[in-house]
Amino acid sequence: MYKYDEYDQQMVDTRVAEFRDQVRRRVAGDLTEDQFKPLRLQNGLYLQLHAYMLRVAVPYGTLNGTQMHLLGDIADKYDRGYGHFTTRQNIQYNWIKLEETPDILAELAKVEMHAIQTSGNCIRNISSDQFAGAAADEIVDPRPYAELLRQWSSFHPEFLVLPRKFKIAVIASEKDRAAMRLHDIGIKMVKNDAGEIGAQFYAGGGMGRTPMIAPLIREFVPLDQLITYSEACLRVYNRYGRRDNKYKARIKILVHELGRDEYVRQVEEEFAHLQTLAIEPPLAELERIKAHFVDPAFETGLSDDLDLTDPDFRLWVERNTTAHKQPGYIIATVSLKPVGGIPGDASADQIRLMAKLGTQYSFDELRVTHAQNIVFPHVKKADLYTVWKALDEAGLGTANLDTVGDIIACPGLDYCSLANARSIPVAQKISERFGSAQKQAEIGELKLKISGCINACGHHHAGHIGILGVDKKGLENYQLLFGGSEGADTSLAKIIGPGFTEDGVVDAIEKATEVYLANKQGEERFLDTYRRIGMDPFKEAIYG
Amino acid sequence: MVDVQFRFRDDEAVNDPAVTVDAFSEQSNATAVRIEPGEDARALLPYLDRLALVEVNFPAWTDGRGYSAARILREAGYTGEVRGVGDLVIDMLHHMRRCGFDAFAPDKALNPTDAKNAFERWDNVYQATVVDGRQAIWAKRHPA
Repeated sequence: MYKYDEYDQQMVDTRVAEFRDQVRRRVAGDLTEDQFKPLRLQNGLYLQLHAYMLRVAVPYGTLNGTQMHLLGDIADKYDRGYGHFTTRQNIQYNWIKLEETPDILAELAKVEMHAIQTSGNCIRNISSDQFAGAAADEIVDPRPYAELLRQWSSFHPEFLVLPRKFKIAVIASEKDRAAMRLHDIGIKMVKNDAGEIGAQFYAGGGMGRTPMIAPLIREFVPLDQLITYSEACLRVYNRYGRRDNKYKARIKILVHELGRDEYVRQVEEEFAHLQTLAIEPPLAELERIKAHFVDPAFETGLSDDLDLTDPDFRLWVERNTTAHKQPGYIIATVSLKPVGGIPGDASADQIRLMAKLGTQYSFDELRVTHAQNIVFPHVKKADLYTVWKALDEAGLGTANLDTVGDIIACPGLDYCSLANARSIPVAQKISERFGSAQKQAEIGELKLKISGCINACGHHHAGHIGILGVDKKGLENYQLLFGGSEGADTSLAKIIGPGFTEDGVVDAIEKATEVYLANKQGEERFLDTYRRIGMDPFKEAIYG
Repeated sequence: MVDVQFRFRDDEAVNDPAVTVDAFSEQSNATAVRIEPGEDARALLPYLDRLALVEVNFPAWTDGRGYSAARILREAGYTGEVRGVGDLVIDMLHHMRRCGFDAFAPDKALNPTDAKNAFERWDNVYQATVVDGRQAIWAKRHPA
């Protein structure tokens, strides 16, 4: 994985000094809260309902054991002993003191981590495929391109105060595991007819109040124009994105209002202009970065056999592992969704245990997924049982990846100052209702996502089943949506009818799974059956 | 008129009042113009040789259009003064320099020590904006 050189280290160290100075000016009263707010946000520091929340960047979701270990230590030292992994592959801490944040950032900088641009109206942490470098189906490892973009987007002087936040995802396989087309810019690395690698650009996707799937804006951007083209996309947005209404300020609205073709025309014009300036790093820089992402020293000639006599282990292997490109190895996903738990939360001890296992059994690499789980990307099959045993003893052995128990949920009204309703208790109730392994296995893949308000941080638009919490005359009310997907077959979920109480929505989901099981043909997933038979049979069962 | 608090030019400051972009196109003898956030800096490109001062107004520093405006003027070869005016903050000064601003007239005077620190804080930069004359980190990593 990427390792800082003296320049990268100096950049994060300078940022720590800058932020320490900003906090000093705030505490001294030189900065008002209004003035301080946009500055602290660019460092991932939010003021939530009860305390400050600090969001730490995990660039493209990749981290090593030392970094993961420190994340556990920070949870102990500065928070209440746990951390929350987020849908942007980051981690956030919910009980932070303002005065301590410069020290936290200084500790992070020592292990090449930071909180730069994890919030604010700027280019955010760039996300990617959590299986990058390990997946059997990728064309190239997408992370070197994400790293190139990370450096370009860090402190970009022209794009620090965009109309609104800006999220970029980079993938390199057909099976989209990063919801690429639901990003402000989605980049898919592709191979053209001449066999060259380049980038396919999508722009104007997003969730939020007005969910949109990003249209394709360029089939192929050569690798020696990646930064220049990105800069053109951003400049058009910075100049013409709406600033009169924050709910219409995302690039998706600009692309929608201009029309995809006109946006493309403007970008191409700007691109032609920017190509006359020397703003593109040389390909040698990309090669330098790529050298950090070479395969670990895999052993060859290993057996692909797994001893599955332990039934609990077998269940976990079937549910939570994925094929690795290297024979004898496997990708293992640790579910942070135990029955009745808070999706994405892990205790300091659990974080440190995962750090240790990642170091010992996965070539010192871990990943955070946008579904709020943790991945060991390179586990030798012969070690898998040992790894699972250690996880299971720490309450991390839940076998529910991509099932109804593997819920994505935003922090909701328990923490968030924007929320209209609580998300966590609903997630917990659903997780308990469908808690039995047998029931989850029967239902199979069912991606369930919960947001506590229309800002859609819980990705409810992209859920096979989505839940949206709203405020109805002072009472929490939950709308139910079906048919969303964030994969290669991206689609937006539709509201099925009137909303429910907290318990009502759990009952409704149970009825929906019954309709699915009664109508399922062959190997159909819930989503497939829904797409085939439509909404009516579900509505009938739920409201009928 | 608001005072220029920081200036990084050796030539004489232009004291002509800056006219609006609309007035400027009708007034062939004006040498100073002020761009508001929604206005297109490229409308000035035909007139760069007679301009000595472009003021870029920031009613709020969080409206980032002015940063693009400055850089666009510099990219087109404009060498006169580009002055940021309005709601300027310490923490953007360095970034504004990188976009091509070389004079700063904040509504409220900024603490000079804090400002000096901000201007000098970043020894290195990740991007080539070209217009600030600074070498990007990637260029230092790969000397020609």
